[in-house]
Amino acid sequence: MTEVKTVEYWRWPEYRHTIPGKDWHNAKSITAGVDIGSVGSKAAVMLDGELYAFAITRTGGVSEATAVKVTNWALEGTGLQMANINYVVGTGYGRVNVPFAKKTITEIACHARGAHYIYGPTVRTVLDIGGQDCKAIRCDEKGKVLSFLMNDKCAAGTGRGLEVFADLIRVPMLELDKVSLNVEQEPPPVSNTCVIFAKAESLALLRQGWSKEKVAAAYHAAMADRIVDLLTRVGVEKDFVATGGVAKNAGIILRVERLLGIKALKPRIDPITAGAIGAALFAQALHEKELGLR
Amino acid sequence: MLAHYGYKDGSGDYFIIIDTDKCNGCGKCVEACPHQVLEIVLNDYDIEGGNMASVREEQRKKIKYACAPCKPVSGERKMPCILVCEPKAITHSW
Amino acid sequence: MITAGVDIGAKIVKVVILDNGKVIGRGKALVGFDVGKSASDLFETVLKNASLSRNNVKKVVATGTGRESVHNKPPVNAEEVVSEVVADAVGAFYLVPTVRTVIDVGAEEGRGVKVGEGGKVKDFVINERCAAGAGTFIETMARALEVKVEEMGPLSLKSTQTIPMNAQCCVFAESEVVTLIHSKVSKEDISKAIHDAIASRIGSMVLRVGVEKDVVLIGGPALNPGFLPPLKRELNTDIIVPEYPEYVSALGAAIIAAKDGV
Repeated sequence: MTEVKTVEYWRWPEYRHTIPGKDWHNAKSITAGVDIGSVGSKAAVMLDGELYAFAITRTGGVSEATAVKVTNWALEGTGLQMANINYVVGTGYGRVNVPFAKKTITEIACHARGAHYIYGPTVRTVLDIGGQDCKAIRCDEKGKVLSFLMNDKCAAGTGRGLEVFADLIRVPMLELDKVSLNVEQEPPPVSNTCVIFAKAESLALLRQGWSKEKVAAAYHAAMADRIVDLLTRVGVEKDFVATGGVAKNAGIILRVERLLGIKALKPRIDPITAGAIGAALFAQALHEKELGLR
Repeated sequence: MLAHYGYKDGSGDYFIIIDTDKCNGCGKCVEACPHQVLEIVLNDYDIEGGNMASVREEQRKKIKYACAPCKPVSGERKMPCILVCEPKAITHSW
Repeated sequence: MITAGVDIGAKIVKVVILDNGKVIGRGKALVGFDVGKSASDLFETVLKNASLSRNNVKKVVATGTGRESVHNKPPVNAEEVVSEVVADAVGAFYLVPTVRTVIDVGAEEGRGVKVGEGGKVKDFVINERCAAGAGTFIETMARALEVKVEEMGPLSLKSTQTIPMNAQCCVFAESEVVTLIHSKVSKEDISKAIHDAIASRIGSMVLRVGVEKDVVLIGGPALNPGFLPPLKRELNTDIIVPEYPEYVSALGAAIIAAKDGV
């Protein structure tokens, strides 16, 4: 099996970050949100509802161990220990596997809350494209969920669908979007209904002499088509934003924007953190409730 | 809140949509369903939430197949979950 | 009178030559990049092996997803095309006159056909455009398990425990299989889980037309010995697999050619 060779194409960087200029010693509430996804795990640490530090790592075979690892990594260099955290909320696909979380909250609610934090209170529609799922969320001015739809049955329209494609045309994941946008004219999309069939179609197109760029464009167009289908089901209201790892793929987002006729807001923080941030915000509200402040 | 459970795949759109604002958590749909598709859970989309009907986690990805027996190709389609819901909180997209 | 049926599936093209109700030639080949050429090449080969030429064949009927590629196009020159549903029903009825339910599982599509008196189509349901509901699923999983497709069935029959498969998508199931392998689950048990999963999906689909005996299973995957037991369990009924199950649709097309080919 060619596992070793193909691993490189879908690799994305793990990292941690501390927001400069903040001091946790004065914070009333130190909370953390841990978002265990099927592909990536994220931890966000907040001080009184303001982001302080976060980390992203690949989800390992054992979710509990990954939860501990990513949270500790987020705390690295801050002087904070796990014991200092007042309240932890777990979320995500593996949210039940955050052993040190006091409560678990659905990733849908966390993404809506997190999106509001990242993009502002005008957010009404959130598109979250994760490693193995795709979510469309409608929320109100407070980030409360009004309507949602999640598709994790079918790989089409998910990060995994892109990984399969990256392997096929031998282009690293992070460069896929640039490659897909490097076309003069948009080709017709490949089958938007199944990654297996889209892959076969893409292979046939490559054999027919289509360039990598053109095939990438066709594949991204198909994914965008499908995503817009899902969004239309919950309805799209401005302001529209994208979260999750695949939100960083400009090839998808630009095409989605084009189809919707609405531009997505630009993020000030890595949108992959939305779930963890939302969870940390819920943790803060729950901690305040505990303290009788609410 | 409108909760859409299900998926769209190559063969079509399959969603069970539950309006949690209308749902009163009575559980009649759970009993009426012959294939254990539904359940009553705590509404954790909000810090304060009551009981609401939901599609079981293990059924969400195969909802087309789970609901297939109630949707024959020809003949009458009587979906017990929809018939028994008084507040009309549940609908199917197919 | 000699007629021929050509079934151009998503993966394999099948040809059956009929002479007054008797099969005098058959063949199958992979559908290549050029669908029409694959079908034509096979057609000519099968004719040659039966010592015939196109002129000897009174009428050719084509079916399958690629049927238009030979419709009124030489050298096959199929005069008529029919849907797979009709071809399935006619072919199955010819081999099993008591048939009431036909299950046809192909590479990319699964079909359930309710058949009435005289082999007429009463109802049908198609599971299309989702690889998890067709033969491609087993093939993809075979790759993930690193075994040959032909080995999948026999492996599953040696399983000692039932484990569920959560993924309902070919792509996600592949990842799930890899995880199971890492968790030291045996290939036999994984293979059984795979067969259980697809049997469950096909079974649910067939329930929509209703299961009525006699139930006949056709299509390439019918040759897979691991596919039949879980399907029988799902539908709680006996299932008949005729000889050469993958040719039944092509046979049906050839019979249709004979019926109105005068």
